[in-house]
Amino acid sequence: MIEIRDVTRAYGTFKALDAASLSIGEGEFFSLLGPSGCGKTTLLRMIAGFDNPTSGSILVDGQPMDGIPANRRPTNMVFQSYAIFPHLNVEQNVAYGLKRRNLEAAEEKRRVEEALAQVSLSGLGKRRATELSGGQRQRVALARALVMRPKVLLLDEPLSALDKKLREQMQVELRHLQQTVGITFVLVTHDQYEALAMSDRIAVMFGGRIAQVAAPKEIYQKPVNRQVADFLGGMNFVKADLVEEEAQAIVVDTAGFGRIRTEKPAAYRSDGGNATLGIRPERLRVLWDDETASHEVAGRVIDRHYFGEITHLIVEVPGFEKPLSVTETNSFGADDIPVGAPIRLAYDPDALVALAD
Amino acid sequence: MTMLRRMAGVWLPAYAALYVAFLYLPVLLLPVFSVNTAATPRFPLQGYTLKWYEDLPHTPALLDAARNSLVVGISAALLATVLGICAARAITRYRFPARQPIQGLIMAPLVLPEIIVAVSMLIVLLQLGLSLSLFTVVIGHVLVCIPYSMTVLTAGFEGFDRSLEEASADLGETAFGTFRRVTLPMVAPAIVSSLLVSFTISLDEFIMAFFLTGTEVTLPVYIWGQLRFAAKLPSVLALGTLLLAGSIILLSAAELFRRRAERRTQAASIPLA
Repeated sequence: MIEIRDVTRAYGTFKALDAASLSIGEGEFFSLLGPSGCGKTTLLRMIAGFDNPTSGSILVDGQPMDGIPANRRPTNMVFQSYAIFPHLNVEQNVAYGLKRRNLEAAEEKRRVEEALAQVSLSGLGKRRATELSGGQRQRVALARALVMRPKVLLLDEPLSALDKKLREQMQVELRHLQQTVGITFVLVTHDQYEALAMSDRIAVMFGGRIAQVAAPKEIYQKPVNRQVADFLGGMNFVKADLVEEEAQAIVVDTAGFGRIRTEKPAAYRSDGGNATLGIRPERLRVLWDDETASHEVAGRVIDRHYFGEITHLIVEVPGFEKPLSVTETNSFGADDIPVGAPIRLAYDPDALVALAD
Repeated sequence: MTMLRRMAGVWLPAYAALYVAFLYLPVLLLPVFSVNTAATPRFPLQGYTLKWYEDLPHTPALLDAARNSLVVGISAALLATVLGICAARAITRYRFPARQPIQGLIMAPLVLPEIIVAVSMLIVLLQLGLSLSLFTVVIGHVLVCIPYSMTVLTAGFEGFDRSLEEASADLGETAFGTFRRVTLPMVAPAIVSSLLVSFTISLDEFIMAFFLTGTEVTLPVYIWGQLRFAAKLPSVLALGTLLLAGSIILLSAAELFRRRAERRTQAASIPLA
């Protein structure tokens, strides 16, 4: 549905977007994820037509978008500020774009009501924009874009202004809505949980470049490099010595985990015998009493952070350069483990991933 | 410290009261003497009368001057506001070389000695071969009004969330359609405010009108002419009172519209986390 071909956007010598290429499928919920300044919003605005590539081209539904202004593109956008027209009421806001399509009054009214029902705002059509809550404004912005029946809906950090509870609720609703209407959604966000929870696929971006494009689970479990791994939640980095490099895998020695054979990431380049492995904190499991595991390490708890449903344990293990971070649910009493206590941790060697720098 | 503070506590309100009295007492005397039966403005007052007001509509020269002022005021307000819209939009929307100096130059008539500007304009207009008329007065008044109109309009355009215009384009509207359906309604209160302020300034303006007018005079120039005749003073006071009241009403209305514009543009954007 969308083809991004080698798109660069330069401001003088600074490249907000640097030779980015992407292909987004029809009906896909696609997220552009990255820290501020990574170029994700620049890319979204170029798809919408508010900005133009310095080089490269963007195709929507097979049509090149070069020189086509925003008002003639088959895309619609939900703005970060929602951009609700304050001098119009909810109905007039939603009908704004339909006015140019010269629909019959009855048809226009039917479509406006349908769009309001889709976002659970039926009956609020006569409200003024200034009388709406943040969540309701967001729904109006959605309805106003959906009523146009775009081929692609672009969402620029749509949930960032909402409080946590509402944000989580809207994540679920947005996902359901996308599945109902079947339109391609492109979401820009800096919130990794939002991207993981909603997307079919995610593109992680840093410094104007696309670092990795994959499904949420793959992005999380098999990040291609340290940067991606670090951005998507916690990660224990472990130094390793390269023993053998094969076509698809590498074999390394670590002081703590011993010899590990693991899948070789695409971006991997052998670096004079050094390698970095990563393991997520929740992939380390506390072993209780005389419980044993085929792979385990022993250490001592040096710090503990309580988060309600989970506890973060910081564990010092001999042989490791840095203490390991361990996430354990509180169902079995991890929140009661005293600081200073000896502890044993089980791990699955498959959970150790090699990371390019 | 406490001594100083106690003194300030006593003297500051007194100073403020004196200041306000000095500023507004002469203005308040205007309506008082305008209903006095005596032909000279002097205490004690002799008696109450409305005859000076009743005489006003029977003075053809005054009616002509009023008509001229109205024509000049409306023309100057419209022109200054249209030019002000262009300037304010350019200043608030685009980044271009010498933006700050240009803005400064547009605002300059506020601080330049008006008599110098008026004389210079007189020379230039005569050199251009224009004969003095209400048209030349309008040109002078537009120059004087633009700084005010631009101040009001810049406030109207600023703080106006740019994504509103982008949203309109995104929903299929053309640039002109966006201006008509979004920008104009959003800044309409500021435009009305600019029209009212410009009209009021033009109505009261004397120096430009004095230098640039031909045989047709505006109200302030007419009043100045009447002051030579002592017998005409009470009717001048009556006329002055009416102008004063009119100006206050117009400027209050302009302020109301300006605040409405401010509220509207601010309500448009929500605070971002």
